[in-house]
Amino acid sequence: MPAISKSPWVVHFNCNSCNGCDIEFLACLTPLYDVERLGILHVGNPKHADVLVVTGSVNHRTARVLKNVYDMMPSPKVVVAMGVCSSSGGIFAEGYNVLGGIDKVIPVDVFVPGCPARPEAMLDGILKAAAILDRKARETGLATVPAAKPVITVVPPAAEAAAPAPAAAT
Amino acid sequence: MTIPWDKMAIGAAALLCAPLLGALLQGLDRKLTARIQGRQGPPVVQPFYDFFKLLGKEQLLLNRMQVLYAWLHLAFMAITLMLLVLGQDSLMLLFVLAFSTLSLVLGGMCVRSPYSRIGSQREILLMVAYEPVLILMVVGFYLVNHSFSIACVWQADQPLLLRLPLLFLALLAVAAIKLQKSPFDLATSHHAHQEIIKGITIEYSGPALAVLELAHFYETALVMVLLALFWATNWWIGAGIALGAYLLLVIVDNACARLTTAWMFKFMWTVILGLALTNIVWLYLSK
Repeated sequence: MPAISKSPWVVHFNCNSCNGCDIEFLACLTPLYDVERLGILHVGNPKHADVLVVTGSVNHRTARVLKNVYDMMPSPKVVVAMGVCSSSGGIFAEGYNVLGGIDKVIPVDVFVPGCPARPEAMLDGILKAAAILDRKARETGLATVPAAKPVITVVPPAAEAAAPAPAAAT
Repeated sequence: MTIPWDKMAIGAAALLCAPLLGALLQGLDRKLTARIQGRQGPPVVQPFYDFFKLLGKEQLLLNRMQVLYAWLHLAFMAITLMLLVLGQDSLMLLFVLAFSTLSLVLGGMCVRSPYSRIGSQREILLMVAYEPVLILMVVGFYLVNHSFSIACVWQADQPLLLRLPLLFLALLAVAAIKLQKSPFDLATSHHAHQEIIKGITIEYSGPALAVLELAHFYETALVMVLLALFWATNWWIGAGIALGAYLLLVIVDNACARLTTAWMFKFMWTVILGLALTNIVWLYLSK
């Protein structure tokens, strides 16, 4: 089914971002980059979307929301981690509230590095995602990869006091 | 009762060609909108890609009524178009068209999403705003041809536009509502839909959304045929008028912001209804 790679509708979720990547992403919609010429539409509704673009690292608060948004999208679907924070946590990776990259919560298909990622790189990432979407539609059909349960990496203080050896700290 | 072969052929051709025409017009709209905004825009066949993509997606439904209402919306819209191209009764046409829109409204109302509910309520307000104009259009047809039949409009010697110029202008506003164009794109819209996200269609996904898209292709074709009816003596001129009106609506769409329901209602019930009524009164007195 080649139609799906020619109309990837994108829903954009700001997980925990500093807004740098979001502003660059919105630049893709401007006449200079014009993503609509590639059939890409920026929709506000996960139920209409094929591509989930996530900016920013994931934290305890946003993990559930991110999983929810991902689960609301109909298959076949792909996820693009936009920018270095959503890929690995970026400079916030060591933060007490940060879980890390979004691949801790949902399966990611394309990682776009950069801080912020350039609009050209974002376009490239979405097109790569569209190709993956095409392949998924052909190979796996409507089978959905379920999102993992959010991984909690921070040990609560009470548990830390009870068990000095931090087994779940990684 | 047997249906003549020629009528069946016309009906089948309309059923097949109307979505193609509607989709191409929407593709043209997106291209033109992009050019007006200084962008390159998607290919003209983009609505086909969107439609086939949606067909291949997973169906996520909240309840079964939702998908039934989507199909009813499509079926009534296709029947409306058939009634129009087969030259049937124009009152019946309005009746079936209202049923089609009502199915859409019920589909939006049968889920608990507030955005869907708001979209449905706006769709009802839009209906209340444009239905009187459509009824006056039918009254105009009757005053000109002494028949409610659309076949009589085709057989008339004189184009309708010469007798109903103000009503045609009023009908342009109705067309803008039906084609979801600014400033009337309150219930759902193709562009810049961040205010109530996607309004009435927010809870539809995959094939059900494709059904709604297909219904909108039919709707676009229906509006085009209805506008072309105003110069039915020569279909080339009629088609030219309909296409010109469509381009005008696209330009207005780009030039206008979306306005409030209250404004829309006041505008439709004063200026637009006034235009239509003036035309009817003039027609009545000039006889």
